[in-house]
Amino acid sequence: MDAQAQGPRAIDLYVDILLIVLLVAAALVVVSLRNLLAAALVLGIYSLVMAALWVVLDAVDVAFTEAAVGAGVTTVFMVLAIAATGRHARVTHRRPWLPILASLAVGGLLIYGTLDLPDFGDPQAPAQQHVAPHYLGQGEAETGVPNIVTAVLASYRGFDTLGEVTVIFTAGMGVLLLLGVARRRRMDARDDE
Amino acid sequence: MEALAHVNYWAAIALAMIGLYAIIAPSNLIKKLIGLGMFQSAIFLIYITAGKVEGGTAPIIDAAYEVYSNPLPHVLILTAIVVAVSTLAVGLALTVAIKRAYGTVEEDEIVEQDRR
Repeated sequence: MDAQAQGPRAIDLYVDILLIVLLVAAALVVVSLRNLLAAALVLGIYSLVMAALWVVLDAVDVAFTEAAVGAGVTTVFMVLAIAATGRHARVTHRRPWLPILASLAVGGLLIYGTLDLPDFGDPQAPAQQHVAPHYLGQGEAETGVPNIVTAVLASYRGFDTLGEVTVIFTAGMGVLLLLGVARRRRMDARDDE
Repeated sequence: MEALAHVNYWAAIALAMIGLYAIIAPSNLIKKLIGLGMFQSAIFLIYITAGKVEGGTAPIIDAAYEVYSNPLPHVLILTAIVVAVSTLAVGLALTVAIKRAYGTVEEDEIVEQDRR
């Protein structure tokens, strides 16, 4: 590995670490804020930093979905819900060390588990071996789409994406039923009679 | 560089644990949903990190590049982000419905009202 190839990769790693530090800081701020509206907006910043991190990790499609859906739509939903439920979280008097202890214990176990994972960016990792090389090598010829993420999403795994749309539809129906939009409209119609 | 080989996984675990704390500790239901959202994106970070190949570029085929990152985690997480938002919307709608029924979104106050 010559020095020229090492340069840009090292910068990638520094940007990666910088974004991670920003992410953890934003997450801590979100948890500590008692004003829910402020917490929702900082969560939007967290999502946007996450989108920048996706670009560094080569996941450009994920990046713009995160920026549009994670930072945009989620924040709108949050603000709407907070407007309906009140913006101040009450101070909790329960012992805080119990959840902290539980989180640290689970986190410690998970970090112990990462020690066996392949190194970051290892091209020989098992995840890189199975069907991915086929998609990357044959994808453009088989589907005519140069963007392999789009090719897998819409062509190879098109039925799974149909399933995803079903999930979104079901969720939309659930929200409408829970908020009682249909019932209220029926009551309004009865009042008009 | 060796010591930093798993730094992304550790960051994802740190974020997930902050999210876990935010799910358990506060009694406010909206705060719990915010924690759930943070936990979810931490899991996304684990997947995308696993798909990164050193020296690779975004998986859009072009004659100028030879090494690409793994597109499969990207596809999975693309779907997961959208599903996460739909489930979050259902959760928030449930919270609004609870607010209408109980007049509060604090968990302990809801439990107290149920005991009566």
